[in-house]
Amino acid sequence: MLPRVLRCSRPAVNTITFFQQTAGFRPQMAHGRPVESAIRAKLTQALEPNHLEVINESHMHAVPPGSESHFRVLVVSQRFEGLSLLQRHRLVNETLREELSTLVHALAIQAKTPQQWDINPSLAKSPSCMGGSKHDNTVADKLKAGRD
Amino acid sequence: MNTLFRSAVRCLRAGAVCRTGRVDGPVSYAPARLLCVAAGQDFADIVKKDKVVVFMKGTPAQPMCGFSNAVVQILRMHGVDEYTSYNVLDDQDLRQGVKTFSNWPTIPQVFFNGEFVGGCDILLQMHQNGDLVEELNKLGIRSALLGEEKDGKSK
Repeated sequence: MLPRVLRCSRPAVNTITFFQQTAGFRPQMAHGRPVESAIRAKLTQALEPNHLEVINESHMHAVPPGSESHFRVLVVSQRFEGLSLLQRHRLVNETLREELSTLVHALAIQAKTPQQWDINPSLAKSPSCMGGSKHDNTVADKLKAGRD
Repeated sequence: MNTLFRSAVRCLRAGAVCRTGRVDGPVSYAPARLLCVAAGQDFADIVKKDKVVVFMKGTPAQPMCGFSNAVVQILRMHGVDEYTSYNVLDDQDLRQGVKTFSNWPTIPQVFFNGEFVGGCDILLQMHQNGDLVEELNKLGIRSALLGEEKDGKSK
C-alpha cells in the first residue's frame, strides 16, 4: 500500500517544485502584499499625500524572505504644515495604529510638506540591521500573525 | 572591586538599566525592576532621572538594532556619552510600558529632561537641521560639534 501512496504523492510534489522554479515566486507572496497595501491605502485616505512611498525593508532585517514586518514610509502632505516633527510622526503612527500593534515591527518615517519636498526630494536610508529581530520573540509573533 | 563586579553582574542580569560613562568606568546599580514593575507613574519618574534618557535595544556599548545604534551614534557625535539607557530586550514590561507611557509604538525612544523627543528618525532630522544642538544647549549640554567648529585644533 505504501508504494502506491508514494506514487500518488510524487507527481504533486513535482508539480509544486515546477511552479516554484518557473514562476520564480515564493508561496508566502502568492497572495500579494497585504500589509503594504493597507499602509498605502490608509496613508492615502488619511493624509491625501502629494507623494507617497511605502517601502518594505524587511529583507534588510533578520526575518524570513517575503516578510512584511519592517517598513519605511515617505509622506509628502500639506496636512503636515505647521506641525512639529513629533506631531507629524504621531499622525502617521495613529493612522497605522492597527498595523503597528499587530503586524509591523518597525516603521521609519519621513513626513514632509510639499515645500520641504521640493527643496529636498530625497528618500532617507535606514541603518544596517544589527540582528536584533533574531533574538526578539515579539517579531516572531507578528510574523506569525501575518501568516495566520 | 569584587563588590563592584557583583553589582555590575546584578545590574546586567536585571538587564534594564545601565548608567553609561567611560568604557572602564563604574556601572551603578539602580533598582530597575522595582521601578518598572510598578507601572504608570514610575515611568514619569524614570524618564526624569537624567537629562538624556534612552530606551533602546541593547546597550550603548552593544546596540542590538540599527535604529537604536543610530541614536547612540548621533548622541556620541555631539559628545553625549553620559546618559541613562534602558535595554528593553531584557524586560518586556519595560518595553511595553514605555510604549504605553509615551504613546509611541517603536523603540528607540529618546527623552530630554523627561520630555519625549522622538525616535531615531526624529533625532536624525534634528541632528541634520541643527535643532539637536539647540535642544542639547537647553539641557545645559554643549554639543561637541560646536566645539569643533569654533576651534579647529580641538579633537
